[in-house]
Amino acid sequence: MNPLAAILVRDMRLAVRVGGGALMGALFFLIVITMTPFAVGPDLALLARIGPAILWLGALLASLLALDRLFATDHDDGSLDLLMMSEVPLELTVAAKALAHWLTTGLPLVVIAPLLGLMLNVDMHALGWLTLTLAAGTPALTFTGLIGAALSVALRRGGLLLAVLVLPLTVPVLIFGVAAANAAIAGPTPFGPAFTILCALSLASLVLGPFAATAALRHGLE
Amino acid sequence: MELQAEGLTCNRGGREVFRNVSFKVPAGAALIVTGRNGAGKSSLLRMIGGLVRIAAGRLSLDGGKTDTPIAEQAHYLGHQDAMKTSLTVAENLQFWTRFLGSRGDFGPALELLDLAPLADLPAAYLSAGQRRRLSIARIVAVSRPLWLLDEPTSALDAPSQTRLSEIMRSHLAGGGLIVAAAHGAIGLDRARELKLGVA
Amino acid sequence: MAVIDFANPTRFLRIVDRLMPWLIAATVMLFAIGLYRAMNAPDDYQQGATVKIMFLHVPAAWLGMFGWALMSVAALGTLVWRHPLADVSGKAAAPIGAAFTFICLVTGSLWGRPTWGTYWVWDARLTSMLVLLLLYLGVLALYWTAEEPGRGARAAAILSLVGAVNLPIIKFSVDWWNTLHQPASVFRVGGSTIDPSLLTPLLIMALAFTLLFVTLHLAAMRNEILRRRVRNMRLMQAQEAHA
Repeated sequence: MNPLAAILVRDMRLAVRVGGGALMGALFFLIVITMTPFAVGPDLALLARIGPAILWLGALLASLLALDRLFATDHDDGSLDLLMMSEVPLELTVAAKALAHWLTTGLPLVVIAPLLGLMLNVDMHALGWLTLTLAAGTPALTFTGLIGAALSVALRRGGLLLAVLVLPLTVPVLIFGVAAANAAIAGPTPFGPAFTILCALSLASLVLGPFAATAALRHGLE
Repeated sequence: MELQAEGLTCNRGGREVFRNVSFKVPAGAALIVTGRNGAGKSSLLRMIGGLVRIAAGRLSLDGGKTDTPIAEQAHYLGHQDAMKTSLTVAENLQFWTRFLGSRGDFGPALELLDLAPLADLPAAYLSAGQRRRLSIARIVAVSRPLWLLDEPTSALDAPSQTRLSEIMRSHLAGGGLIVAAAHGAIGLDRARELKLGVA
Repeated sequence: MAVIDFANPTRFLRIVDRLMPWLIAATVMLFAIGLYRAMNAPDDYQQGATVKIMFLHVPAAWLGMFGWALMSVAALGTLVWRHPLADVSGKAAAPIGAAFTFICLVTGSLWGRPTWGTYWVWDARLTSMLVLLLLYLGVLALYWTAEEPGRGARAAAILSLVGAVNLPIIKFSVDWWNTLHQPASVFRVGGSTIDPSLLTPLLIMALAFTLLFVTLHLAAMRNEILRRRVRNMRLMQAQEAHA
């Protein structure tokens, strides 16, 4: 079996077994959506209008909070040292871990998003498009968050530092994700351009994230 | 094959841990690194393994694969065991053999370390000594010429220490190299010694 | 005196000590000239005298961005060329750049109040500057939370480079977002039609601010070098006690 496939399988297995992976993120997402009406009131028209934004913010926060453990567990038990001593370039190993993370944390968010959208009275026929924007955008959140995860593990600091570092970098993804979602519902702008830029941001992060994270791990842990 | 070090200097956290360390380890030989705590034994091992930056000096593995970093031709057995507690013994070993590029199976390694009966047990249930043996099994299962062992006998009971000596001896007999950090004897006679921390 | 002389901290300190009085004098002089010209510049027909906040706001914005550019160059020096003073330079630049960005936000806010009635407006420039400030605070957080200065410096260097790559993207996104939600442009910072009578004082102020940045930066680098020496002496003291 390919070494990268081995990493992918192991990380996914761990995420499922250790618990708190897929389900915890989805649960957090649900809670954030539930809290929203308490904050803004149950006015359905208002909820429908801000629905896509709230869903995106919830997905963003849920993705970030779960990134905490991405490198920390491997660092704590000494696996990270060995991962760095393999023929497989660390960039690819890191990318494989990120992919496993997205599959076990990001993808569940995408899957329950339509249900949560219904709770926020988001226009039904637009739910599909909204989910599509999340599917295209959550990888960007994971792969950008990689950088913060690598920096904060090198400094042995946890989740809040990660969020502080990563959130400003995710501004473009948030802007275009919500814009695309809104465009599908009612917006003045068409769905296409915003969605394409969102995809471009995701693809760019697939490259930039692992490289920056690898540099952070190497320079930070030497 | 020979591991050569000349004038190695290590800086960690802004202070100099050791400077101007030189040694040679030919194939089939072992080097035991001794010194008090903080002298840099672990740092030296990690430096050879490419995990700590070389501040000054040269390090090379002559006769090994050229263009391949030493790290990829070495095993590192540190204080931690690099095993996931929620995976079984077999799953842990399976992952490492696959990831480190070995084609072989790890059954013989498990047998050698008396871990075969525990193969399907989650690693969380293992004692400290058993976990140490599992890490050693990883080194045995994947073939790499240079072994970097940081206090390999810690947590091992007497029979396991004997088993480890046998394993190390057969590695050396097959042309392998060992650099080990230890406070006392680790069951290898005729090993060279490098004392760190002597002014 | 070659650039390589700057690589030696002791020599660097000596050079800075010699330069400092001149830099301070030049900065003060330029500010005096600049402020005089600024005060005497004509009022804007729409905004009255408040347009003169521009003489603080615009240079502060430029220097906020300059600070990040300087940090990025220092980051390359730390990670790629391993220049000994590079991480000192980056660490010194970060708080100064953040301060200028903050000044830009505050002056922008004060400018907006009499003109638009609110203290904060989510227009493209102010919002981009706010995100830049957040990135600065992230880098500062890395310096603050690191136990070893070296590790914090390398982490900050990586974040500086990541930020440098992302900032154009963020700026583009924020501009795009702004046109989406606010079709009417809000701030006309003199735009492309700055009258020459306003341009000269602006450039003088910009130069004065830049000199201020350089002076503060060199002084901060000096402090950082001295701070590290103290730390090393303490470490050596602990090590000698150990032996």
